[in-house]
Amino acid sequence: MEIVLSAAIGVLAASGIWLVLRPRTFQVVIGLCLLSYAVNIFIFSMGRLTIGKPAIMPKGGWVNAAEYADPLPQALVLTAIVISFATTALFLVVMMVSKGLTGTDHVDGSEPDRNSEGK
Amino acid sequence: MLATEHLIIAPILIPLIAGALMLLYDESQRKAKLGISIASTIALLFVAIELLNRSKGTPLSGGNEISFYLLGNWAVPFGIILVLDRLSALMLVLVAMLAIPTMVYAGANWHKQGQHFNSLFQFLLMGLNGAFLTGDLFNLFVFFEVLLAASYGLLLHGSGQVKVRAGIHYIAMNLVGSLFFLVGVALIYGVTGTLSMAQLSQMVGNIAPSERPLFHAGAAIMGVAFLIKAGLWPLSFWLPITYMASAAPVAAIFSVMTKVGVYVILRLSMLIFGLGAGESAGFGADVLVWGGMATMLFGVFGVLGSQGLGRMAAHLVLISSGTVLSAIGLALMGGGTVLLSGALYYMVSSTLATTMLFLLIEPMTREQGGIAAMLALTADAYGLDADEEDEEEGGLAIPGTMTILGLCFGVCVIVLASLPPLSGFIGKVAMLSGMLGVGALPGWVSWPFLAVLMLSGFATLLGLVRIGIQTFWASDSKPPKVLAMEFAPLILLVSIIVAITLRGDAVLRYTDATARALHDPLIYSVGVSEPRRSTVTQEETGE
Repeated sequence: MEIVLSAAIGVLAASGIWLVLRPRTFQVVIGLCLLSYAVNIFIFSMGRLTIGKPAIMPKGGWVNAAEYADPLPQALVLTAIVISFATTALFLVVMMVSKGLTGTDHVDGSEPDRNSEGK
Repeated sequence: MLATEHLIIAPILIPLIAGALMLLYDESQRKAKLGISIASTIALLFVAIELLNRSKGTPLSGGNEISFYLLGNWAVPFGIILVLDRLSALMLVLVAMLAIPTMVYAGANWHKQGQHFNSLFQFLLMGLNGAFLTGDLFNLFVFFEVLLAASYGLLLHGSGQVKVRAGIHYIAMNLVGSLFFLVGVALIYGVTGTLSMAQLSQMVGNIAPSERPLFHAGAAIMGVAFLIKAGLWPLSFWLPITYMASAAPVAAIFSVMTKVGVYVILRLSMLIFGLGAGESAGFGADVLVWGGMATMLFGVFGVLGSQGLGRMAAHLVLISSGTVLSAIGLALMGGGTVLLSGALYYMVSSTLATTMLFLLIEPMTREQGGIAAMLALTADAYGLDADEEDEEEGGLAIPGTMTILGLCFGVCVIVLASLPPLSGFIGKVAMLSGMLGVGALPGWVSWPFLAVLMLSGFATLLGLVRIGIQTFWASDSKPPKVLAMEFAPLILLVSIIVAITLRGDAVLRYTDATARALHDPLIYSVGVSEPRRSTVTQEETGE
């Protein structure tokens, strides 16, 4: 399970970083989304990986904490998802405004020279 | 009794309520909005001063009173807490002192240029105050996002292609920075199992040697996020473009945003990597010292190479935060409390001055063909035949515009270049005397710092005086028409600078005690986890 999860995080993060460094705003947005998925899974995994364990303990009495998953990273991940979703949406709006104002989807707001643009 | 207990959350609630309230008003009701905004910032100042006085404590408590506020009333290490100590109180006062003039200035003209300026401004203040008060890492992230989301809106205020282009870079940069922040927080939580700053500072000495590299990696990754905000070279390339593109009052309040990054670096490195940190003590000090010096040099070249005042002011922000970051690094290396105290004083005075400079830029360049006048650095072809008589058109314009602007600009130059009469000089002297007087630092680190510090002051003087001569002496255009509402904040900022200069002893006493408290992480961590106070709080709020 650890291998699969870390491979997933690695692939998401690598694709995300590559896309963030691309010159088109759409690629940057998708890259940021992928990066934030990678980070969210990473936060989740920091609560240690468990299978079939509930995160919420019953109230009162003695409970064996080892029988339960760590609830804190789950709460953190929820917050992080909401925040990165909202800021990415905001970024999308700015991106579209930029496209409307400049007529190009290049991140610098202007097309570079054809010759110097390397793929 | 209840009120004094709850005062700690007021700096977050006041702007939140004011900002939310103003969303209900129509865009046309600008006077009401402006009134609410100014009332809110003045209330913030009073609360901040009250909290500052409280953080001084009594001689009984050793001159440090750590107050905290249990949100949700959970016991200390588990719940979310707000912590007030000397450093956070100082930052609260600084923000409130800057917010009032900036808001008044924006009320003259700028808030009409777009929608919801006042609300966004209040939310920015809320995020700033929250970041200064929070006692755990994840809420730091949340408040950072609050202030960043507000700053995205503010940066785009007034619209235009330049702003949108700068906005894309700024937002992308900060979104990636936030992800770094989250990775760092997650790593630290994975190693230690806590996010409370106080608990971290107690635990860091006992981390198993096999886990320590992971903890350091987490702290370093998180540090990158803060250093992006603080503008440490080479993470600072976004900063001058962003600050230049933003509207004058926005740039003015942004100059305190770099100080949030500086604040968090100072807070966390002194708390977690201070003396009690065992093997981790002094982690990252080298990066801060040399990175800070590189930032100062970058700022120096930027100031000397700038054609316009806007770009120059942005580079002055870099010099200011680079200086403080370097000083924090030196303090981590054992530079002593006097050095850190001087750095705090310098931070306060330079932030005030850069804010004022940003507010000055627009009136100075108004009606002179905008940036074109600033570009005319070799414009000695112009004669000096213009008589500087004022044309008073309309009731609100003030005569003697150029005189007042010139005087304010002069104050800015003196503070930023750290020339004798004003506060910048006191700050630098305190830093240098602390560094050289104690002599605990090796020469290969203290002498370069001294050289760069002197160089930055000289370059600032050179750059600003050049612009000043162009604008005030060699200009033949008619003096700009400036409204009284735009002068009032400048006068206010000048008087604050004069006040912290005249009462320099009191301010330095405060920063001295702050620096001493920062050097002893136990004051903070024990103050927060003190069981007696938490039970008292619980009983009181329970009633």
